[in-house]
Formats: sequence, C-alpha cells, structure tokens
Amino acid sequence: MTMDQSLGILFQLYQSLLVVLLAPLLTGWVNQCRAWLQNRSGPGLLQPFRTLRKLFHKDAVIAHNASPLFRITPYILFGCMWLAAAIIPIVAVDLPFSPAADVIALVGVFALARVFIALAAMDIGTAFGTLGARREMLVSFLAEPALLMVLFTASLISQSTQLPRIVEALAHHQFVLYPSLAFAGLAFVIVLLAENARIPVDNPGTHLELTMIHEAMILEYSARHLALVEWASSLKLLAYISLGIALFFPHGIAEVGNWRALPLAIAVLLVKLTLAGAGLALLETLLAKMRIFRAPEFLGTAFLLAVLGLLIHFLLGA
Amino acid sequence: MDIVGVLPLDVAGTIIVLWLALGLLGLALQGSPLIITNLIFPAGALVSLALAATGLWALGEVAGIAVLPLGLPDLPLHLRLDPLSAFFLILLGGASFGVSLFSAGYFRTMTGNTLGLLCLEYHLFLAGMALVLLADDAYMFMVAWETMALSSYFLVTTDHHVPDIRKAGYLYLLIAHVGAIAILLGFGVMQGGQGIGAYTFAAMRAAHLSVFWSSVAFLLALFGFGAKAGLLPLHVWLPEAHPAAPSPVSALMSGIMLKTAIYGILRVTFDLLDVQQWWWGVLALALGLLTAVFGVMFAAVQGDMKRLLAYSSIENIGLLLVGIGLTIIFHVYGKDALAALSLTATLYHSLNHAFFKSLLFIGTGSILHATGERNMGKLGGLIHRMPWTAMLMLVGVLSIAGLPPFNGFVSEWLLLQAFLLSPGLPNSYINMLIPVAAAVIALAAALAAYVMVKFYGIIFLGQPREPALEHAHDAGRWERIGLSWLALGCVALGLAPVFVIQRLDLVTQMLVGQGLGNSAGGWLFLTPVDTERASYSPVFFLLAVLGVMLVTVLVVHRFYHGRLRRGPAWDCGFPAQTARMQDTAEGFGQPIRRIFEPFFKIENELPTAFDTHPRYHGRSDDRIWLYLYLPVKRITERLSSWVSLLQHGRIHLYLSYTFVTLVVLLAFV
Repeated sequence: MTMDQSLGILFQLYQSLLVVLLAPLLTGWVNQCRAWLQNRSGPGLLQPFRTLRKLFHKDAVIAHNASPLFRITPYILFGCMWLAAAIIPIVAVDLPFSPAADVIALVGVFALARVFIALAAMDIGTAFGTLGARREMLVSFLAEPALLMVLFTASLISQSTQLPRIVEALAHHQFVLYPSLAFAGLAFVIVLLAENARIPVDNPGTHLELTMIHEAMILEYSARHLALVEWASSLKLLAYISLGIALFFPHGIAEVGNWRALPLAIAVLLVKLTLAGAGLALLETLLAKMRIFRAPEFLGTAFLLAVLGLLIHFLLGA
Repeated sequence: MDIVGVLPLDVAGTIIVLWLALGLLGLALQGSPLIITNLIFPAGALVSLALAATGLWALGEVAGIAVLPLGLPDLPLHLRLDPLSAFFLILLGGASFGVSLFSAGYFRTMTGNTLGLLCLEYHLFLAGMALVLLADDAYMFMVAWETMALSSYFLVTTDHHVPDIRKAGYLYLLIAHVGAIAILLGFGVMQGGQGIGAYTFAAMRAAHLSVFWSSVAFLLALFGFGAKAGLLPLHVWLPEAHPAAPSPVSALMSGIMLKTAIYGILRVTFDLLDVQQWWWGVLALALGLLTAVFGVMFAAVQGDMKRLLAYSSIENIGLLLVGIGLTIIFHVYGKDALAALSLTATLYHSLNHAFFKSLLFIGTGSILHATGERNMGKLGGLIHRMPWTAMLMLVGVLSIAGLPPFNGFVSEWLLLQAFLLSPGLPNSYINMLIPVAAAVIALAAALAAYVMVKFYGIIFLGQPREPALEHAHDAGRWERIGLSWLALGCVALGLAPVFVIQRLDLVTQMLVGQGLGNSAGGWLFLTPVDTERASYSPVFFLLAVLGVMLVTVLVVHRFYHGRLRRGPAWDCGFPAQTARMQDTAEGFGQPIRRIFEPFFKIENELPTAFDTHPRYHGRSDDRIWLYLYLPVKRITERLSSWVSLLQHGRIHLYLSYTFVTLVVLLAFV
C-alpha cells in the first residue's frame, strides 16, 4: 500500500467522523437561524446534542405488535445516511471508498433508507403511520428522478458518474456558468427542501396531522431508536447540502494528493456550510407550507427543470 | 470441454424428453397425489437445474446444430443451441428450479385427475418454452410456441369452474393467437420468397431483404412477440390471466414466458435480420417507455396482489424493451461498445426479473394458501404469522424496487449508464429523445418503489385487517425451499454481477459483435467502460452499510443500555385504534390516482351522509380497453352478424348453396 493510499483511508475515516459530529451541529445552526429570523432567542447551537443525549438515556418503548423490521430500521437508516454523508467529497477528492458507490448508488442509498423508514412506519398499523408512509413515497417518487436528473447533468459535464471525478472536473472549470447547471441547481434546491422534510413541503416542527409527513412516520419511535432516526435526518440534511456544495460550489476543495491544502479546505467548507444553513433558514422563513396536494406540482416543476437542464446539455453541450 | 462426444444440445434434448416423461408419469399416477407432489415435481426441479447447468456449459461452446428425423415428410425439425439460446435456457432452468420446488408444496391440496393433468400441462409448458429457445426453423418454432401457449392456457384455466377465470383464459388465448399469426407472417416475410425448404433460420439469415421488407418483418415480430410480452396496447390479457392462474403458473408465465418474447425480438432483430434501421430502435424505445410508465401507474392503484404484480411485469417488460431500443439505436450508429452495454443491461434485467418476479408470485401463493385472500385490503400483519415468507419476500420487494445491493439495482444501474454514455449520436432527434427517456425511466423506477412499499406494507405489516388472519400459517417445507432458492438468486445476482456479465459477453458478441469486457475492476467492481467513468461494488457497499450498522449497535448498547419495554401504540395519544383505520390498498394508491387522473377511467361510489350502511366503492379501469378493444369487438360482432345471414342451420338451404355454386361454376366452364 502506498503512502497516498493509506493517507486516503485515514482521510476517509476522518471524514466519516467529521460528518457524524458536524450533522447535529448543522441542524442546530439552521434552527438557531430560524429562531433569530423569527425574533426568538433560540436554544443554542448544541441543542441537538442535548436532545440526543436525553433520548439515548431513556428506556425504549415500542408497540406490542412491532416486528423486528421496526427495531432494525433506525440502524439501517443511520447506516445509510452516514455512508451517504461520508462518500460525498466535501474537503478532499481522495476518498478511497468512492469507486464502490457512484452517484447512482448514492441515490440508491437514499432510496433504500426511505423504503425502510416507510415500511417501519406501516409496521405498527396506526392511521398516522400509514399516512406518513404514503405521503413520503408520494413526495419521493417525484423528487428522486429529479435528483437523478440533476446528477446526470453533472455527470455528463464531467464524463463520469464518480463523485470525486465530478467534483474535480467542476472545480477545475473556474467559475464558468453552465446554463444546464443553472437549471439543475434550481431543481436541486427544491429536491433538497422536499427530501429533508422542510417547509414548504413538510414542517419539521409540527405534529399537526394535516401537514406532517416525516414526523407522522416516526411517531412510534422513542429513546435510542428516535435518537438514531433524528441523527440520521441531520446526516441526510448534511449529505444533501454537501452534495449541493460539491456540485455547484466545489471551489476550494483539496485536490488529489495535495494534503497540505486540507486545513484551508476544512475552513472553506465550514464557511460554506454556515452560509448554506443560514440560506436554508431564510428560505424556510420566507416560504409558507403548502397543501399536500400542491407538493406534487412543486416537485413536478423540479423534475421538469432538471430534465430541461439535461436537455440543454444534450443540445448545446454546455 | 468435451465429454466423450456428448454435446450440450444432446443434453438439452434429453432434458426436454425427461420433462415430457415426468408429465406423462404424473398423468399415469394421478391416483397417488403424494407421489406427484413429493417426487415428480422435485424431479422436474432437478431437471431444471440440469438445464441451467447445460446452458452455462453451452455458453462457451460453438453453437450446436441438430436435425431431428421428426416432423412432416421432407420438413425435418431443426434445433440449434447458440449463446443467446443458452443464456435464456439458464434463465429458464434457474427460475423454474425454485418454482417447481415450490409447486411440490403448493399443489399438495389437489388430488386425482386435476393434479395429474396439471402435472402434465406444467411439464409440457416447461418443455415448450425450452423448445422455443432451441428451435432453428420457423416450423419448429411455431409448434413449440403453440405448445407453450396452449399448455399455459390450460394451466390458467385450472379453476375452470369460475366464469371469470374462463373469461380470462379466453382473452389470453385470443391475444396469444393474434400474436402467433403475426409471428408466422413475419417468418413468411423473412423467408424472402426463396420457396419451399427455406423455412430454416439459416435460410432466413442468408436472405437479404430490402429495407422495406425487413421493416415489415420487424414490425410483425414486434407485434407478435409484443402480444406475448404484454406490450402496450396488447397488454390487456396479462392482468387478467396472471391472477387467474395458480401462483406457480403465474410465476412461470411472468418470470419466464414473457422472456421468451424478449428472446424472440432479440433473435429476429439481431440474428435473423441482417440490417437494422434507427427508427426501429426509436419505436421500441417509445413503446417501452409508454409500457413501463403505464404498467407501474396501474400497479400503484391495484387492490388485488396478483394483479398488482402482473402490472409490475408490464412495467418491467417496458424497461426491457427500452433496453432493446437503445441497443438497436447504438448498433445502427456503429457504437457497438454502447450497444453491448445496453444489451447487457437488458439481458441482466431479464434474468433478474425472472428471479424476483417468480419469487413474489410464488410468495403470493403461500399467502393465498394461508389466508384464502387475494385482496390486499383484507390482509395485513402477516409478518408475525408468516415470518419466513415475509423475510424472503422482503428480499424480492427490495430487489424489484431497484435498491442496492440487490439485483434489480444492478440492471437499472447498467441501463442508466447506457443512457449517460449516449451523447454524440449523429441524429439530433434521438439526442433530444434520450434525456427524456432517461427521465421517464427514473420516474418509473421511483414509482416502482412506491408500488412495492404499498405491496409489502399492506400485506405484511400493520395490524391484521380481518380476524381470520390470526390463524394464518407459514409456508411449508417445499414452499420455503423454493422461495429461498429464488431469494438467494436475487442476492447472488446483486452481489456478484461481474461473474454473470463476463459470461454475457459471449451473447453480446454474437448479437452486436462486441462484448463489455469488464476486466478493469476485477470481480469486485462493476466497471462497464473504465474505472474513471463509473464503477459500483455491491460487496463493498453491503460491507460498508453492515459495518456502520454494527458499529452503531455496539456503540449504542455499550455506552448506553439496551433496555426495551413494550406498550400500546402511541399514535399521538389517540385512544381508539382499530385495524380499519390503516390505509387499504385503495387508500395507499389514491395519490397516484389523483395525480395521473386523466389516464384512468375512474368510477367512485361514495356514501352520503344519510346512509345507514355506508359503503365505498372505487374502480380504476384501463382507458385502452374502452377506446381500442371495445370498438374492435363491436366491429367483429357486426361482421360476424353479416356472415350469420348465410347461416340458418337448415339442410335444404345449404344444399341450394351447393347447387347455385355448381351452376355458377358450370357457367364458367
């Protein structure tokens, strides 16, 4: 094993640890920004960690008729989201695990997690659980192809479906505006909002039956299971924001073998995440929650935008 | 490899004879059902396995040819075993092994004449499908094709006492024969007017047809084989016939028989016709996309579990046809590496679909045995009563939903890679079509996940919707073995695709002249072009997810605790929870019905506020049936009513017809 390879593996482990700790912090930052924008003082950046600690200490209570599928799902969910966040190149492009899973597999990981949480939601057999599962699948069957089309546009530009190669190719084209990527970016923002249960599609802070999607699915979870589900949600948000950064603002990332650029790359990443979190909070404050049956139209727009982006690339080659 | 002069084709022929013998033996032994279920079906399964092994063996060999001293005078039957046939024989053998083992348990409640006949028809069906794959002349092909169609018709109408099943069987027979006529005409065109004796495939390969006649032959083949495959708009028999048949038969029909149609299209397009046209590919692509979206959309609104699976088969046939269309387009424009990629995706998806759809269909058989219920709205919570079936079917569900690391994802991945590599074709219309096609494929795949969550969640999860479900029992021993084999196949095909794809090179080399040559990444990495462009490693993927999960479990239980209590469901504190508050199949499909409303013909019957016994009734029907089939039916009826003017059933009338004809003929002389 060469020096670079072992450094790569070390770095892969480092990024895995980094994302798992960074994810609750990002959620805390988004919530804090939202609180400020709403003229509240907010619970502070570390509130998600405090919630997780509280949940881990509690005794888990599950319904009498919960099957093993229900108990194993939080672990699958957490595993998938952790994996997703760990393979997206955000600090350096040398990630030795990346040949095992490319962008299509990344979409597959998200789908795997989604199918399991929807099945777990149906497992107890409550009205809310099935309602949540149905709505989640409804949102995702339009969001997933839109995401895939966004990723296709990036893959076609960089001639590869491997994330490090895509990021490398996009980072090298210094600030050239691709018209296809502009469409894709718009579509991506919509997908990000929908897939992470944010306003206007879902509201992470509600328990009102008319509006909830994600919360309805996880109602029956408690204690460590709930903690893992919540942590997985934070990881998912981080993964999506990282993906957005990787596709649309990759500049400042450490190139292959250039380990000295790492400290700067990490600082740049933190700035990008801070800005993205604040932007997300601003977007959520400005938008209003829409009726559930408006959501397909909203996501249909994202899908069309993404397809348009792809079409523009095919026709203009840009 | 050469075992003292024995060729793979000899073994395959012996296997077909063995199947026929087993079927006849079953008929003879109909007095002892235990022997049929415990000996003959497992023996048939072993023969299937031998067939799969033979196919694997034949894949690397030179094509074997045989002329049988059978058939009409001066028209002997020709057989040939080349890589394309060999691949589909593997598919047939591999999937039918599991289905036959399952059948050994499934048919245990049948006795006497019904079981004896069923055993004969079942093995005749298998032998017919094998012969279709081996046939090397139009005559043999049509005989085998008809054997397959008729034996499956009798299998579909096993429960012929039920009027609906007779109706479904009739529709199947009708469309199968309309298709068969088209295939026969297609062979007639391909023969190219060379006269008697030129009915062999070898003669067809040698015939150089003009562009017009090749196109006619292609269209006839697409129509004929499309009728068998369930291509839009010839799909209407599929959702009727599949639920009507006993579950193992549905598995064979959906998992394997539909693939013989795919085989036929491939054989005609790439082997028998020497040149292709780009618009054939566009036509196949467009029809495939329509079929895929249509199938999955209708699957989402079904309430009957077997109908749902039947519509999902229509979707998968659509995906396969998209693959074939892409292959034609790439091949015509000389991009044979890409053609090899999309053809590999098509073949791999055929194999995958054979495994996961057979698994799901026989799984519904176990559920049907345990509960006597096909309507998903009356099932629920079966994961507690039938843990084995539930676990094995979860594998099938995850595979068909196209989730990594299972097999459905691999073929989807390959197909999407083919789309991604496609820019740069010299035809701007196709360049515009391809991204749209990729988007539609992605949409169909995402909807398939919706359908499968519905299928699994409503049947296996939640609370039992009927009190009788408390007495449901799990699948028996034979059934479990059959289910396990197919589930294992799904996992193995998902984890080690490289082994299979390397073998598939032999088939793609034969059809499009180039193989994929996956050597860059070793057996762990699937790399269709090169490592820089794209790669996927299911084994590493699985290890990573499992590793991360294991670490999480250990850390959580080590640093905190594993305490767990059971209590009533929380459900936001709502006190009165009943099983009837869960979504039914109709409820779960409602958003899809609402979004795609124009495509369905919806009948809703809603209760009013004053109903003492409120009932809800909803139906979503196929508009194609209304706007295409019913008019055709009316025209046929009108035409036949004119013919009936001549027919009165009185003997003197017919005698006078004869007399008039004679007089007219005499006048000419």
